[in-house]
Amino acid sequence: MAQSQGWVKRYVKAFCKGFFVAVPVAVTFLDRVACVARVEGASMQPSLNPGGSQSSDVVLLNHWKVRNFEVQRGDIVSLVSPKNPGQKIIKRVIALEGDIVKTIGHKNRYVKVPRGHIWVEGDHHGHSFDSNAFGPVSLGLLHAHATHILWPPERWQKLESVLPPERLPVQSAEE
Amino acid sequence: MLRGILGKTFRLVGYTIQYGCIAHCAFEYVGGVVMCSGPSMEPTIQNSDIVFAENLSRHFHGIQRGDIVIAKSPSDPKSNICKRVIGLEGDKMLTKSPSEFFKSHSYVPTGHVWLEGDNLQNSTDSRYYGPIPYGLIRGRIFFKIWPLSDFGFLRGSPNGHRSSDE
Repeated sequence: MAQSQGWVKRYVKAFCKGFFVAVPVAVTFLDRVACVARVEGASMQPSLNPGGSQSSDVVLLNHWKVRNFEVQRGDIVSLVSPKNPGQKIIKRVIALEGDIVKTIGHKNRYVKVPRGHIWVEGDHHGHSFDSNAFGPVSLGLLHAHATHILWPPERWQKLESVLPPERLPVQSAEE
Repeated sequence: MLRGILGKTFRLVGYTIQYGCIAHCAFEYVGGVVMCSGPSMEPTIQNSDIVFAENLSRHFHGIQRGDIVIAKSPSDPKSNICKRVIGLEGDKMLTKSPSEFFKSHSYVPTGHVWLEGDNLQNSTDSRYYGPIPYGLIRGRIFFKIWPLSDFGFLRGSPNGHRSSDE
């Protein structure tokens, strides 16, 4: 009896020790380094979810790459939705701060992206809730950089950072 | 000998990672001690006061009007700002100071909050850059630790509620 109690005690102790190591390490890793997420919706077709509603891609989100809030035009990033803070959205970066961008269906025809903001759009114009609806978004809402498609296996690929030529900024900040 | 040193090094690295991760979780999800600087929240929080901030109410959507929050600055994501929440989504806000003759109003859009400093004359806040997204809020300040003469829960706004018409 005493022996079995000792065994239980030792087991609980080991479990607690492992628990307090594993959970914080895992949470920190998922917050700071990388995590995976399932993409829902058609807003990024054809780059993501090309099959429509029957397939949904799983992407690798790299947090470490955006730790200094550095993004390039053309990157696919995930951000906290400015309209619904509980939701994450995945979009392509079209313009960085200081660029002048030609909008599609926004209230102003041309928009200059203010300091600390980016202009994001889905690849599927007209079916995407993006900067054309809510304007430029603050870089503070940036969540991660989507780098790879992990699932389904036949779609395994690196996500290229390409900017559609017709969506180049009218005037970029470097000029 | 070598094995002992190696073992010690590994154990040290392991403990560093472990406590670093625990610290990250605590600061990210529970709260921490923050030093505030700048004049925008005088007289509630003076320059270089030390306060306690909690991050739980952000995750449970418990931010209310009158709370003092820490948020990422909308124009510079690396710096933080400390302001009072004046309006939540759907509220009608005065966008100019009330002394001005022409008053203009705007509504706070969905998912946004309206922040203002307590020091209305010397504060860069939503009157300047508009409502900010809720997602930029990091935590809520509720307890002052330093200076000791002011130890305790924070006071309400000294400006009354100049905000909401509703």
